[in-house]
This record gives sequence, structure tokens and C-alpha cells, in this order.
Amino acid sequence: MRYLVLLDGTAPEGPPPPGLMEAIAALGAEATTSGALLDNAGLAPSAFGARVDLTGGEISITDGPFTEAKELISYALYDVGTKEEAVEWARRFLELHQELWPAWEGSARVVKIFGPEDFANLP
Amino acid sequence: MGDEAAARDTVEAVWRTESGRLVAGLARVTRDVGLAEELAQDALVVALEQWPRTGVPPNPAGWLMTTAKNRAIDVARRRGTYQRKLEEIGRDQETFAYGAGDDLEDALDDDIGDDLLRLIFTACHPVLSVESRVALTLRCLGGLSTREIARALLVPEASAGQRISRAKKTLADKGVGFAMPDVAERAARLGSVLEVVYLIFNEGYAAQAGDDWVRPALCQEALRLARLLASLVPDDPEVHGFVALLELQASRLPARTASDGSPVLLLDQDRGRWDGTLLRRGLEALARAEELASAPGPDAPALGVYAIQAEIAACHARAATAEDTDWRRIAALYVLLRHAWPSPVVELNRAVAVGFAEGPERGLAVVEAIAGTPSLASYPQLPAVRADLLARLGRTDEAREAYEQAAALSGNGRERGVYAAKAAALAD
Repeated sequence: MRYLVLLDGTAPEGPPPPGLMEAIAALGAEATTSGALLDNAGLAPSAFGARVDLTGGEISITDGPFTEAKELISYALYDVGTKEEAVEWARRFLELHQELWPAWEGSARVVKIFGPEDFANLP
Repeated sequence: MGDEAAARDTVEAVWRTESGRLVAGLARVTRDVGLAEELAQDALVVALEQWPRTGVPPNPAGWLMTTAKNRAIDVARRRGTYQRKLEEIGRDQETFAYGAGDDLEDALDDDIGDDLLRLIFTACHPVLSVESRVALTLRCLGGLSTREIARALLVPEASAGQRISRAKKTLADKGVGFAMPDVAERAARLGSVLEVVYLIFNEGYAAQAGDDWVRPALCQEALRLARLLASLVPDDPEVHGFVALLELQASRLPARTASDGSPVLLLDQDRGRWDGTLLRRGLEALARAEELASAPGPDAPALGVYAIQAEIAACHARAATAEDTDWRRIAALYVLLRHAWPSPVVELNRAVAVGFAEGPERGLAVVEAIAGTPSLASYPQLPAVRADLLARLGRTDEAREAYEQAAALSGNGRERGVYAAKAAALAD
């Protein structure tokens, strides 16, 4: 079953410490090699994007940046046997930050993607 | 959810992700896959006891490896005869002390690719029966418990346990050890591995709605193993072809069951339900296989039976509707497949393709040429294919009879229902 992991966070001042990016790449390689990680990519700051809203019957378009929400940093698409495996990969990813960039704070949302297993018992 | 239950879930999640690497790393040290698997199991038991109480350690994979190696030393000391192994482990013990962090990770990563590959080859060793290879692979590389394996394969738990212990004993008795196959036997050994993984996939694919969840999960397990294999053996087009075949077949899983649980044949499936991600991955893997096989020079590796089947699956994947299918190409691919795999079943599938590419009369001629083959005598798809071609030729009574024959031969209740319904539809 598939899970999307969306990472958001607040970066402290300054660039990420050396070693963090390599460690992230190595973890990604490990996850890919083992067949669990299907796809992942970095997400550009909201300044490069936009938002389309429908409220009160009206559509509005707003260009970034959006300061009210945390910036999305990356996504990862996992194909695993259980939710706990996806959670474990996300935990290892955050653990790298904890070790190598302790001032960084953020969240990884683990979102299940509907799959055939969810439709098996529907009428 | 309580902390204890959460910790147990994490143990199992870590186990499923790491057990292959753990067993592989231990097998490198002990040179004995059976012993490595037992040591890994022992570490799992300790983790299940401790982590719910003490919390999940920061480096769970490293913790498991160190615990297993400590256990290995205990075992070696008690056995006495494994003096040499004790010395090896003792040497490694300095490098792999818990808390060595980076060193442990590096040591695990250095050879882990090779060790995983050795483990796969060993678990799929041809000296073992096919059932034993499947059970041992699910155990050592999938991290499934005996109970889960039994439920997955629809056998009693005792039988599953016996397959695993017999497999370990056979490996030990035959002195199989833990080695990479020679270049000369590598192709055959790889074939054995692909056969096992494909069997696992097909067990999962055969799972019905309402089956134990462990069964359809076998498709994901097989896919994972196939992807792992492709990363460990990146230069072999057949391995990429194999991954492609599995990704493409798996892409159709969401479409192959109707809401009442009955099977939907490929040509009747709602293609909007085909999984785009898996489909795209399958086509990409196939492109890699083709690229490798197209390398200049006479020694370029060839596309084998799995890659050709993937090419056929790709023809379906590329067709937006059943009517858009390139049947000529599929028919030609079946000719190629027949050269590599001279089976009447291949020829039967070719008949279907020829029936669409050149008309039902020509398709029927292909079927009639193999109709008397003894091995197809109880194969329901033979009369089913005949039935479809006869129906399209307007030979309705013969078609109905053939569908009834197919239903009678089918060992699968749902499949039988499909053929019976087709027969009934022709009775009007």
C-alpha cells in the first residue's frame, strides 16, 4: 500500500550543515534500493508557486509567498506493507535532522493513498 | 494507542524493513544462512520484550545487529566447535559495538548489497524444493513469521514451519554455505530466483477479495524483492524485464475485480482504474531492459522470457482502450516468446492475438493445431479461447459447448462463473 509523506518545516538561519544532504541522499538510496521508495523530490518555497481557492462561490488566485503556513519542503512516495513501515521511514528521515541539524523543526505528514485494498469490501 | 503497542508496531515495521539486511549481514559472518536466520529471530524476540519497556532505540537496525552478534558469540561459545567463527565474530565485535554508530552503518553498508544478493541466491538455491525456496525467501528476505507464511500460502502452520527447517537443514547438509554463484552458473541461478519471486507474486495475484490480507500483500512483497534485485543486478536486462512485468501486472490489480467480487478479464477492464504510477514504472523498467539488450557488440545480454512477457504487457498498457491494442505486435512477440519458451500455453495466447490481428478464422487455426496437446487436456483456457473465436465466427452452438467445457474444467469457482455466464449468454 502507498503512502505520501509530506515534509514541512522551519529552517533555522543559515545553510544546512554539511553531511545532512549526503545523509538524506543515502537514506533515500537505501529506501529506493529496498523497493520501498517509489518517488521523491524537493518542493520549492511557496514564493515560486500559487494558490487557487474557492470560497463563498468565488474563485481567487493568489501568488506566493504564503507566510501563514509552514513551507512544504519535500514529498516522498512509499510502497510498503503497513502504515508502520511508512512511519518508520519518516521517523528515520527526521532522526537525521535531529542528529545533524538539531535546530531544525518540522513535521512529516504520513498520508495513505487509496488503493485496491480500500475498495475490496465496498458494495 | 498505548506506547507499548506503538513500540511493538515499530519493532515489526523495523523488522520488515531491515530483516533481510540483518540476516544477510549475519550470514556473512557465520557463513550459515540457517544460523543467521535463527540469530536474527533471537534478536527480534529480545526487541519485542525490551522496546515496549525501554522505548525504541535511536538506531533500531544497529541495535538488532549488535544484539544478534552478541547472541552469535553466546551460541559459538556453547557449541565449542565453532571456534573459528567465534574468532571471526570476536574480530568483528570491535567494529560492531553498539554505539559505534557511523562505523556500524558503514560496515553494514559496505558489503550489504553483495550480502543481500548472496542471501537471495542462497534462499533460492536449486538444491531446495520450490516450496522450500518460497518459504525461506519469505522468511529471510520478507521477514514474515511462520504463521504469516502459512496464511499467505494457504498451508497449515506446521507445514510452513517444516518447509523452513527442512530448507535450512538441506542447505547445511549439502554444504551450500553463503557464496555468490560462479559466472558460469549465474544465469541459471538468477532464473531460479526470478521463478521464486514470480511464484510469490502469482500467489498474491490469485488472492480473492475476502482472503486473508497477507495474501494480496504478497504482490507488494514480490514487487519489493524484484525492485531490490534490479538495484543489486543493474546490468541484466532480464531482471529489469522481470521488474517491468510485475509492475505492469500489478498496475491492473485495481481493475480486475468487479464490485461483486467476480473477476474481470483484461479486455473488459476499466482502464481508468489501472495504476498510473506502476504502469509508468513498468514502462521505464522495460526501457532500461531494452537499452541494456541493445548495447553494441555480440556479447550484449539478451531479452529473455520475462522481458518479452513484459513487452506484451506493455502493449496492453499503452492501449487507451481494448480497441486500440496493437495485436499484430503482440502476436509477433508471442512468436519470439515461443522460441525462448516452447510451451503450448504460449501458443494458445498467440492464438488470441492472431484472432484479433488477422481475424478469428486464423486464430482458430492456431488453436486447432495445439488442441490435442496432452498437457492442455485439463486446461480450461483452451476451450475458453476456442469458444470466444467460435462465437465471433457466429458458430454459436459450438461456442456455447466450448464455454461449458471450460467451466467444467475450471478449478476456480469465480472463473467457472465467468465461463458459465458466457455460455448462458449464447443460449439466448
